[in-house]
Amino acid sequence: MDLWFSEFHTPNIKLSIKVDKQLYSGRSEFQRIDVFSSEEFGRFLTLDGYMMLTERDEFIYHEMIVHVPMAVNPDIDNILVIGAGDGGVLRELSKYGTIHKIDIVEIDEEVVRVCKEFLPQTACGFDDPRVNVFYQDGLKFVRRCENKYDLIIVDSTDPFGPGEGLFTKEFYGNCYKALTDNGIMVNQCESPFYAEDRAAMQRAHKRIVDSFPISKVYQAHIPTYPSGHWLFGFAAKTLHPIRNYDGAAWEKLGIKTDYYNTELHSAAFALPNYVEELLKNVEGIV
Amino acid sequence: MPKFDQNRAPIQSALAEFEKNRVVPFDVPGHKRGKGNPELTEFLGQRCMSLDVNSMRPLDNLCHPVSVIREAEELAADAFGAGYAFFMVGGTTSAVQAMVFSASKRGEKIILPRNVHRSVINAMVLCGAIPVYVNPEVDKRLGIALGMSVSDVEKAIKDNPDAKAVLVNNPTYYGICSDIRAITELAHQNNMLMLADEAHGTHFYFGEGLPLSAMAAGADMASVSMHKSGGSLTQSSFLLTGKKVNSGRVRQIINLTQTTSGSYLFMSSLDISRKNLAVNGREIFGKVTRLADYAREEINQIGDFYAYSKELINGDSIFDFDTTKLSVNTVDTGLAGIEVYDILRDDYDIQIEFGDMGNILAYISVGDRERDIERLVGALSEIRRRYKKDKNGMLISEYIPPHVITSPQEAFYADKESVPLEDGRGRICSEFVMCYPPGIPILAPGEEITDDIIRYIKYAKEKGCFMTGAEDMSIDRLNVLR
Repeated sequence: MDLWFSEFHTPNIKLSIKVDKQLYSGRSEFQRIDVFSSEEFGRFLTLDGYMMLTERDEFIYHEMIVHVPMAVNPDIDNILVIGAGDGGVLRELSKYGTIHKIDIVEIDEEVVRVCKEFLPQTACGFDDPRVNVFYQDGLKFVRRCENKYDLIIVDSTDPFGPGEGLFTKEFYGNCYKALTDNGIMVNQCESPFYAEDRAAMQRAHKRIVDSFPISKVYQAHIPTYPSGHWLFGFAAKTLHPIRNYDGAAWEKLGIKTDYYNTELHSAAFALPNYVEELLKNVEGIV
Repeated sequence: MPKFDQNRAPIQSALAEFEKNRVVPFDVPGHKRGKGNPELTEFLGQRCMSLDVNSMRPLDNLCHPVSVIREAEELAADAFGAGYAFFMVGGTTSAVQAMVFSASKRGEKIILPRNVHRSVINAMVLCGAIPVYVNPEVDKRLGIALGMSVSDVEKAIKDNPDAKAVLVNNPTYYGICSDIRAITELAHQNNMLMLADEAHGTHFYFGEGLPLSAMAAGADMASVSMHKSGGSLTQSSFLLTGKKVNSGRVRQIINLTQTTSGSYLFMSSLDISRKNLAVNGREIFGKVTRLADYAREEINQIGDFYAYSKELINGDSIFDFDTTKLSVNTVDTGLAGIEVYDILRDDYDIQIEFGDMGNILAYISVGDRERDIERLVGALSEIRRRYKKDKNGMLISEYIPPHVITSPQEAFYADKESVPLEDGRGRICSEFVMCYPPGIPILAPGEEITDDIIRYIKYAKEKGCFMTGAEDMSIDRLNVLR
């Protein structure tokens, strides 16, 4: 049998993964949900045909979106996670005993149900008793919060489809309002490489720069995402991701990671020249 | 109960049949199903070009319909509860013109509220009819013109027993309805025709719990913007006539100004949209009302913004309110509606219908999704957080009673001169000035330019309103009668 999953990264480029079998296919109120299993990447989840995660490389994304902000502010106590219906972010957060409360807002209950059934590797994150799940529009949820969370993690899908509201200026502004004085917001920020992703990345960065006094970008290498070169946004009211970072303190927590380490923390903020240029191009415009 | 099978769409069926026959075109349009204009075909799509055809035997003729267009018009009349329904391809403006031309000729009077759309007064410029304005009541807090009170209409009728017709907005741009049933009875008792501008009221014919439609109230003619809440293509519209109106005569009047090359894109869009509303309208407008109600509830929780609804109803000048309209008063944020409108577009990539001095209107339709509503609400909450300021010094009252000196036609065609805005004080204006949208005149031809008007124009310009109508696009000068 010769069965392949393909995703177009641009109209001219596609990534194909040989599929062993399709484990699930269904349609929720918001999107089409599929789970496949493969030889090379293990099980993987797609929404509307776009790759969300594979068992093989999800650790990179989830470690980088969680440990970078957690290491900058060890006092983080109350956390809001938006999106992340696969549970991967929760799994990483549950490694911290210091956290009191994790609220997660996912628009699509079906995604959580499917992940719990087919992707226990990440969905185990939902087992943490500190986790409270809200099935709601993220923009609506955060609009009602003020001075409440120390960290907001925006684990959105792409800026089209159900996730588009999570790339808007009103959303970032509402996040600012929902954060405490030393609050941090991290978001997945698309890729700098292909034109369409690049435009989305620049647009998101510009809106975050407009909303937060500190706004930095860091990177990771994720094989199954377009171009493999992926960016994250780090936005904060007071804390600088490198100057306010105490690597030794994080080491003491004894958290085991496969990608993230204290050397890599600062290095991830060192970006290629062309990426710096792309960011600078939008930072100046008010 | 409709007599006709509303699942039919005769123009659509005829076009589909025609397409199948692959007729070789040696007639207009010259693009010949798009083959002659590849760039346009690429841009608009092959289907669109294939359907852009000329009137011919199998497709009927809009100017003299005897087959499929006639059947489609009868279906529409049935769906709207009208005596007849004319397919209009020149916008609701053309329907309004046909109403005014049918009701009046040179020197004859029409009683109407001042907050009419410019197309009504334009029609009077063309035919020479004379407006008798009933000053609409104004809500001081909101700064919007309301409906006409029945007693004001009664007085206008008494003072002008020779008037030929009464015209009402059903509803206004903001969603406010007058007591159209009582006003219709008054008009008919005095042998006047009842005309309704229902540019913003298509859904009244299909939704539940919405204000009374003109045809249900017994009106004689109504102009219905099918392309607004009805979902058809921009510029397509219906003119409805009551059961006692001579539709043959109305057709003649329509044909005075209507194109002889009616677009089949527009006509099929009317046909298909009528079918959709007749079949699914109740469900569609139920959803729209729910979305608008939800948005109002959320917006009113933000603070300072006031999204108003049926609580405004006062039994007369606000006889009813169209709950599908999302009108929001912005005054307590210290921001003019037009400023909120601009910030929404520039900062948040949200385009709303319009902003005036103290209000914004977001148009909610069947095409909206809950998450788009969340964006609008989220953005308004951010605008309040970031831009709220002291509301002192805001000019809110929008309505200035007009001083009509000459008929619009006389003023429009009279000898005139251009003077600086300030010097216009006390002179008679020969042109329109209005904010667009909503397109309601501040000045119309034949009216005196007063201090209040000059102040208002300056303030509106300063706040960034898009002012139109005058020959001088920047409205630094006005044309006045010599």
